[in-house]
Amino acid sequence: MFASLMGWVDARFPATKLWKEHLSEYYAPKNFNFWYFFGSLALLVLVLQIVTGIFLTIHYKPDTELAFASVEYIMRDVEWGWLIRYLHSTGASAFFVVIYLHMFRGLIYGSYKQPRELVWIFGMLLYVALMAEAFMGYLLPWGQMSYWGAQVIISLFGAVPFIGEQLSLWIRGDYVVADATLNRFFAFHVIAVPLAILGLVAAHIIALHEVGSNNPDGVEIKKHKDSNGIPLDGIPFHPYYTVKDIVGVTVFLFIFSLILFYMPEFGGWFLEHANFIPADPFKTPEHIAPVWYFTPFYAILRAVPSIAGSAFPGVVAMGLSIVFLFLLPWLDRSPVKSIRYRGIYFRTALWLFTISFLVLGFLGTQPITALYTLMAQICSIIYFAFFILMPFYTKIDNDKPVPERVTFK
Amino acid sequence: MSNTVDNDKRRFLTTAATVVVGGAGTVAAAVPFVSSMLPSAKAKAAGAPVEVDISKLEFGQQMIVEWRKKPVWILRRSKEAIQELVSLDDSLLDPSSDNTNQQPDYCQNPSRSIKDEFLVLIGVCTHLGCSPTYVPKVEAESRNLGDEWKGGFFCPCHGSKFDLAGRVYKGVPAPKNLAIPPYHFMGDNRILIGEDIQGAA
Repeated sequence: MFASLMGWVDARFPATKLWKEHLSEYYAPKNFNFWYFFGSLALLVLVLQIVTGIFLTIHYKPDTELAFASVEYIMRDVEWGWLIRYLHSTGASAFFVVIYLHMFRGLIYGSYKQPRELVWIFGMLLYVALMAEAFMGYLLPWGQMSYWGAQVIISLFGAVPFIGEQLSLWIRGDYVVADATLNRFFAFHVIAVPLAILGLVAAHIIALHEVGSNNPDGVEIKKHKDSNGIPLDGIPFHPYYTVKDIVGVTVFLFIFSLILFYMPEFGGWFLEHANFIPADPFKTPEHIAPVWYFTPFYAILRAVPSIAGSAFPGVVAMGLSIVFLFLLPWLDRSPVKSIRYRGIYFRTALWLFTISFLVLGFLGTQPITALYTLMAQICSIIYFAFFILMPFYTKIDNDKPVPERVTFK
Repeated sequence: MSNTVDNDKRRFLTTAATVVVGGAGTVAAAVPFVSSMLPSAKAKAAGAPVEVDISKLEFGQQMIVEWRKKPVWILRRSKEAIQELVSLDDSLLDPSSDNTNQQPDYCQNPSRSIKDEFLVLIGVCTHLGCSPTYVPKVEAESRNLGDEWKGGFFCPCHGSKFDLAGRVYKGVPAPKNLAIPPYHFMGDNRILIGEDIQGAA
């Protein structure tokens, strides 16, 4: 009965074919480790954000007169509204935690390298879209941080020579961040960017399943296949990795729930204290900092001084710090993918890069002092040196021999 | 004349024509959508001048009024503070207000004002649009601005500093002096912000 029903469907829509291609007969390397949880977790958080987001729009009002109060209304008066709102706000930070770990996995195992350049590019586009999504979402509660954060970031575009003023005016739709801005950010946040993200997720996964997953050894499992054309070191994604991922989901939800129920503001890191004060266009909060996931780039922006009466160089540096990530597949000249078989130069460079990224992240949350500015400048130089010098140190690195097959105990 | 058809050329021309016509159509269709995001007629119209009563302003006191949705500061400066301005010239980026976009002609003078006593500024940092905080000389301690601080404005976002004429210090992120709106006095105690003496700005 079921078989004949599936036969009827399959003759009209490739349901079984898709199921096999992407799950039951998608062969993933058998040596996945801890770092391979974060792709599926990102998908989980995406679904969480979409579902909670839909239910928030049912009560939220994108109007400068009403927005702040409507969020408080959700928190106090709507049945379970507090839960849905905290799920969404905690989910935003969880999204970035998961994505940063997912990207770091790509860095240590060389997952961006040939033949996975487009997987990486689609992933980077997703990251940029996610940042836009988070930035615009943060304006919606119309608190002090919402307002001044948006004011600062939109002013960045104003630093572009010649067209800057007009460009920032076009983005805001008014001479300052105002109702027009809130209304359009709402539109982008709930429909435009999510659509782009869903499309990019599809492209990311289709590209990945075309070339196959990388693994902690960075060897191509497709090089050694059995007589049926199945990689010798591959196992079907379903049931093996679906079951493994459920363990990851359980641990993730455990930690997520602890934060959600016991410290949803996370000490001002997930929801900043100043954002519980309604937006006041006349008074910038004493200490203004973006939410934690933007702070490394914000620290780079602040580290670069104005040149010739223009704040543009800092803006360029911040933009380049993202652009260089896109170029990673072509900057890395080593034939070796995984950190396990990389030489001392790349290992050192990656450590320095990771430390400087974390320090920049911390500095971006702090008020400016002479020492912190100097530290931010040093870390920015390390950040960029990691990319600019990469073609050289990866080429002359003393890489170790890479095994033919994956190692698995 | 040959009767053979050059298919490659035909193919090229149809492709080129399709791309050009389709591209032009796409650009034309984008115009209304892109333009719809510019400030609306209503937003543009909300720029009427604002009349301010300054009779209650004490020396060293700052008041904030709204003009075109932006904060405008009016600060009453003491004689002493005005005299100190010139001593800062060396540590400023544009001490003589050479950037003419940042003030009307009639305020391009050492005190950047019409009447020395009253400083009128748009309270928006020229770096990234935060609103700096007024820090009088006596409060320098609380902001770690040092003993040399003669009073002025400090931007909490990125640490830009301005003196009591809104002139930017060297070595801070802000690239320009704070802007001065067009304004004029209507008698001794009233200022009209948003209009030059000659007429509407």
